[in-house]
Amino acid sequence: MTIALALEQLLNGIQLGVMLFLMAAGLTLIFGVMGLINLAHGSLYMVGAFACAAVAAWTGSFWIGLVASLVAAAAAGAIVELAVIRRLYDRDHLDQVLATFALILMFSEGTRWLFGSFPLYLDIPPLLQGAVALPGGTEYPVYRLAIIAAGALVAFGLYMLISRTRLGMRIRAGESDREMIGALGVDIRTLYTVVFALGAALAGFAGAMVGAIQSVQVGMGEPVLILAFVVIVIGGIGSIKGALLGALLVGVTDTMGRFLLPKLMVLFVPPAQAGAIGGAVASMLIYIVMAIILAVKPRGLFPPAHA
Amino acid sequence: MKKMLAAATLALSLSASGLAFADPVKIGMITTLSGGGAGLGIDTRDGFMLAIKNAGNKDITVVTEDDAQKPELAVQIADKMIQSDKVDILTGIVWSNLLMAVAPSAVAQGKFYVSTNAAPAQLAGANCHKLYFNAAYQNDNLHEAVGEYANKGFKKMFILAPNYPAGKDSLTGFKRYYKGELAAEVYTQVGQTDYAAEIAQMRASGADGIFVFLPGGMGIAFMKQFAQSGVKIPVMGPGFSFSQDVLPAIGDAALGAKASGQWAPDFDNEASKKFLADFQKEYNRLPSIYAVQAYDAAQLILAAASKASVSDADAFAAELKKAEIQSPRGNFKFNTNQHPIQDIYLTEVIKKDGVLTNKTVEKIFTDHGDAYAKDCKL
Repeated sequence: MTIALALEQLLNGIQLGVMLFLMAAGLTLIFGVMGLINLAHGSLYMVGAFACAAVAAWTGSFWIGLVASLVAAAAAGAIVELAVIRRLYDRDHLDQVLATFALILMFSEGTRWLFGSFPLYLDIPPLLQGAVALPGGTEYPVYRLAIIAAGALVAFGLYMLISRTRLGMRIRAGESDREMIGALGVDIRTLYTVVFALGAALAGFAGAMVGAIQSVQVGMGEPVLILAFVVIVIGGIGSIKGALLGALLVGVTDTMGRFLLPKLMVLFVPPAQAGAIGGAVASMLIYIVMAIILAVKPRGLFPPAHA
Repeated sequence: MKKMLAAATLALSLSASGLAFADPVKIGMITTLSGGGAGLGIDTRDGFMLAIKNAGNKDITVVTEDDAQKPELAVQIADKMIQSDKVDILTGIVWSNLLMAVAPSAVAQGKFYVSTNAAPAQLAGANCHKLYFNAAYQNDNLHEAVGEYANKGFKKMFILAPNYPAGKDSLTGFKRYYKGELAAEVYTQVGQTDYAAEIAQMRASGADGIFVFLPGGMGIAFMKQFAQSGVKIPVMGPGFSFSQDVLPAIGDAALGAKASGQWAPDFDNEASKKFLADFQKEYNRLPSIYAVQAYDAAQLILAAASKASVSDADAFAAELKKAEIQSPRGNFKFNTNQHPIQDIYLTEVIKKDGVLTNKTVEKIFTDHGDAYAKDCKL
């Protein structure tokens, strides 16, 4: 093992973390402001990826596809909020889970109805093709660096939005005391729709970015959704800062675990089994980390101050 | 009563004019038509129904249901098909874990199971059954073929598969024939979508060849990411990794990849040409390997049904085992364990008329059976 390989894996971990952050940010924002558990968040990620792939195939431009993914996911989010989610805020979490699970099924079959069962093609734009040399002599895909940069920009943008704008002030107020900001004359229904659409747009953006290097297919959102839930539970549900740090922690832990554990196992068992055992333990690793963190800090690393 | 008699006479005269079946046959098809794996199930269904449609026989009915790639759902559907639909033959399951949940109990209840894809080692060896047939292969076969191919010119292979039974069978099959050194043997999570960590290890491993078994979306993700990584090591895998259902989504990143398969669209025999033309005419796309396997499964059932009554299990099984069909694959017969003996080829991903597809490069195995047949006491 060389320094270059370790550096490359660290970058891979950060990139996975940044991608998870885009998903987790929307999820935690929606939970923080509206107290809603949204299982259909993965479907919005899928909507973004499909919108990007379809529009990119039609226009020939990934960038137009990327814009389309934001618009489509935000629109889908707003429609779902107005039609379904709005009726769930006062219900308990079990009702929310059931209803949003039904939404997953509807989104999946609806997408299949529109696009068919075979995965769609979505390629990286020419500008971001290929690899660049890293210090130490290895190469690293430009596109993954672009994902890291995009995620960092989104994190900064969200920070500015929430701490420096009127909308952000209302979001923070909504998190602290829903009844009070309603009583102060803020149109809470519109605020909820806007927040939901914002979270959906983030998921759609993640779907489009990741769709270019993964498979754009029905059901692609659910595996990511599970990781995103792990992230927000570790980070503290409702905290954007927690989501960012949780996502980076999960991304780096998962990547380093997959990389190092099989090597570590070689010290204890024959090489033929080391791969399988190391792989199995690596796939559990983030859940083990989550369990340890919850044992020490039951409400996550950065629980919101009020709740 | 009169009407019924008339209808019966009509039916009799109709069936007498075509291929008369000794008894009507009812087939239950359980396959994956929703969720991420639906592409495979749809090709299975379409390939199967193409053969049924071509036969044009009124004595055969097929009921189809979606298992959503869930074992518990597949079991429920199988029970319903056996008990209330009264099917004679079950078929269609894509995934080995679903097959293991359904097939052993179906054959124990006296129903035939003709597999169109899934072929776990358990049912090929000591637990083989006279009512269980596999029209596709045995799970290890295509991996064995790549192992044999890798012996020519590859000294140090990096091998990778998902951490589940078929993934372990895959690497076992590869290693059964590959004689060179292994750079690493890596198991990834099932459904994993990001392979950056594994690709970095490939780069650092000093391997001169890479074998991956990543069916469906996993393979799409891997190939796209591998193409961007700047790693220039040749990639090979079993046919599923570069099958027609995933090639359009991988795009040009798949060009040049080597795979093993029992069939490719460029096969030069009459049955294959007819199958390809019929399939494209009916469904307006290229068939995958799953479609061929299902097409042959339907052909096998049709051939047996024209000779024996499905209610006479021994006679029907004997007819099935003769495998008197014109397979698009060319040579096809059943081994003692009722799994195929067939030729396996090396294929390469090419672009023909703007469409990505596989072309045949060379034959790897002739009349290849499987390693488990010797344990089968049929």
